[in-house]
Amino acid sequence: MKILPKHSLKAWVERLRATHRVVAPRETYGQYIFEEIENADDLVLDYHSSVLPPKKYLLPPREDLFAFNAKTMEMSPLIEEIQPTVIMALHTCDLHAITLLDKIQGTGHTDQHYQARRRKTTLVSIECLKPCMDHAFCKSMGTLAVPEGFDVHLTDLGDRYAVEIGSEQGEQLIEGLSLFWEPVEADYDRANQVMAGKWPNFDYRLDCDVTDLPDLLAASQDSALWDEVGDTCLACGQCTKVCPTCYCFDVLDEIDLKLEHGKRVRVWDSCLIEKFAVVAGGHNFRSSQARRLRHRFLRKGKYQYESYGLLGCVGCGRCALSCPAHITPIGLLNTLAQRRRPATEEASSRS
Amino acid sequence: MTTLLRETLTNSSIYMPTPARIVEVEQFTAVEKWFHLELPSGFTIAHKPGQFVEVSILGIGEAPISICSSPARSNGSFELCVRRVGKLTDALHRLDVGSMIAVRGPFGHGFPIDRFHGKDIIFIAGGLGLAPLRSLITEVLDERGKYGRVALLYGARTPNDFLFPADLAAWADREDVECHVTVDRPSEGWEGPVGVITTLLPKVKFPARNTVVAIVGPPVMYRFVLDELLAAGIAEGNIWLSFERQMKCGVGKCGHCQMHHIYTCQQGPVLSYAEVKNLEEALS
Repeated sequence: MKILPKHSLKAWVERLRATHRVVAPRETYGQYIFEEIENADDLVLDYHSSVLPPKKYLLPPREDLFAFNAKTMEMSPLIEEIQPTVIMALHTCDLHAITLLDKIQGTGHTDQHYQARRRKTTLVSIECLKPCMDHAFCKSMGTLAVPEGFDVHLTDLGDRYAVEIGSEQGEQLIEGLSLFWEPVEADYDRANQVMAGKWPNFDYRLDCDVTDLPDLLAASQDSALWDEVGDTCLACGQCTKVCPTCYCFDVLDEIDLKLEHGKRVRVWDSCLIEKFAVVAGGHNFRSSQARRLRHRFLRKGKYQYESYGLLGCVGCGRCALSCPAHITPIGLLNTLAQRRRPATEEASSRS
Repeated sequence: MTTLLRETLTNSSIYMPTPARIVEVEQFTAVEKWFHLELPSGFTIAHKPGQFVEVSILGIGEAPISICSSPARSNGSFELCVRRVGKLTDALHRLDVGSMIAVRGPFGHGFPIDRFHGKDIIFIAGGLGLAPLRSLITEVLDERGKYGRVALLYGARTPNDFLFPADLAAWADREDVECHVTVDRPSEGWEGPVGVITTLLPKVKFPARNTVVAIVGPPVMYRFVLDELLAAGIAEGNIWLSFERQMKCGVGKCGHCQMHHIYTCQQGPVLSYAEVKNLEEALS
């Protein structure tokens, strides 16, 4: 652990800006967005959830894959060399989300486009000491603590930050800087006090244990709730755009008017959009909105866990906040849990 | 030195295809064409029966198409049978011999041919499903001695919709292959069976315990065929099906082909009934 006095934060950020692009939450019209900061004064560490998660810096909404000449068949990959980037003040849920993205993009065929961005990206996270918004349920999802995944992690101790280093990349961000002090015993006491005090500030909001989620969803595949909620879903795909762990994409060709020079690009896509699973000829393997909604929830709470050993939801609550139909994961999962409970109790009383 | 087509996936970007030249074309039906493609010198496809490639026409896009030639007969060249059904396939149908396209792959798991050795085999193809199955059928027939009895059941909409007519004639002529075809709607002069593909099943009497079945066809066909095969006592793990899904990337990233926890492009497209029987989205 190191100590960074709060009055030295701006000086540190300015030092980082000399060598890195620094991306951090900035306030815009009362909302917070991750954006490159041009002045250390723009930095906000105490923010409620950002509109879009930081995944946009690793998997941009639109990304070039390769350039081509359709006449000569020349093709060249367009793997963007980004400048070294520090993403500042990540909440712990977003850090968990990036851990999941790392695993997915690095499993099987490695996505070089993601890797090129990820290699140049250093993550500075901040300990969440109080809920960032009403919809957050990070404590239930086990994402309120970050044992790993960060390069540098800050904890607000009042007039100073406790600074933990999680990697060599993180080490380099503070190396040789006299801004960082060695902690004294009182700093450790204060850090422990702050950590002990944070947990009661958060509620458990899921009516079942997070480890039961895959089973709950498996048992709820035929629940009538999917139809009930599917009827209200507007299929706008907003939830997937704001989700820090959604990564599905569509692939498109863009070509000039001479039909010669072009690019193949990928753009964010959403499994809630009707055409997502339609194959050539028009058959839709996920034909109703209820089934598309169910797919999204089972993917987050069951399939991702089965494939990667990590749940696909980190409890950030952005989807709930952004949903124009007021569909919330907590509301939906808790209803499934409640509906399952009487049935189970009834079954066990019969046996 | 020979470069495997899939090695190119790791060189720069997994989304970069390799050029391929159309060297032969045959029009099978009003909407289905067969293409013989050649890779650049030094490249080989090295696929397994049942695998697919992502086919690109630069400026139009990309679509997954099953390889219909057998691995033994492919090398620097391979074959595709394509139905004109969307933007990419429409553009592909307009290309002539000599035109260039581009391909990535091969992707996914093909048929587990080692598990077919020593067994009786029933191939069941519906419509365009004969294309991916042809890569397996020719592979099996090329090494005929490794297998027991072999039957092919093939259903098409009309007699004019039969694909690979030369192959069908050659297979029908062989004494070591039972060939049965049926059509949904007969045309004038058709004297063969009329009816859905399940009507052909009683024509083959194989010992259930030693039989493997490979099925490729339209989604609607699977449930009916499966019911009959299971009723006949074929083991769930001996029934292999190929699944068509929208596959934008082929490498388990884009999410389009996911059915439950399975990325069809990687863990499929060929899966056994035992693996999918509880996956509602696989069979409906």
